[in-house]
Amino acid sequence: MKTTVREAAGGVQIVDLKGKITIGAGDVQLRETINHLVESGKKNILVNMKDVTTIDSSGIGELVGCYTSVTNKGGKLKLLHLPPKISDVLTVTQLITVFDVYESETEAVGSFAS
Amino acid sequence: MAQHLCGKLLEGWDLNEETTHWILMALREALANAIKHGNAQDLAKRVHLEMDVTDHTLTIRIQDEGAGFDPERVVDPLAPENRLKTTGRGIFYMKTFMDEVRFRLAEGGGMEIVLTKDLTQGKQKEEGD
Repeated sequence: MKTTVREAAGGVQIVDLKGKITIGAGDVQLRETINHLVESGKKNILVNMKDVTTIDSSGIGELVGCYTSVTNKGGKLKLLHLPPKISDVLTVTQLITVFDVYESETEAVGSFAS
Repeated sequence: MAQHLCGKLLEGWDLNEETTHWILMALREALANAIKHGNAQDLAKRVHLEMDVTDHTLTIRIQDEGAGFDPERVVDPLAPENRLKTTGRGIFYMKTFMDEVRFRLAEGGGMEIVLTKDLTQGKQKEEGD
């Protein structure tokens, strides 16, 4: 998996993910990227899932772990551009109700201010 | 490799992309479960895989060489107290995306997981449907 971090208005960190988030292929990388941001004091994180091709239970577990660690530090982790199959995977485990999910980057970035 | 072989096995059944995707996800979950939890990532232990299609039903058998576990004791990932756990969803996904998932302690040790799927469901729509 390829990870790129860019900063948007209000200091929101947008993490663009590309490829697979599966066991042994991207799951640990996701955790390390988010942990690094949190340790650097970045508390508002938007994870862009647009180019994620595949996710499995291990990847979902890492996403949940990242959500918990950001929340525990007083921050917010939100999701952007969920592909339909990843949305399905989050829906069947009722995690879709845990995450704030956005289709518009502008709207998502703005939501951190409220 | 296993996913590629399964994909080859499913060729000719005219399944829609979605059905194939979920079958391959269930296969991946079962293999990961066998390697990570069954064999505890012990490289000396093997995972045995069999796949076949009989009477329109896909059967996937996966056997690890671990100590086995009680499937009744696997936690429910939908329970509010488990919803934010980082593990415990693999078997749930297998059960969600396949028609049946059976577990049994194999003779000689190890856990066998058998996944089945009726391939007459999930066909691509005919033109004009």
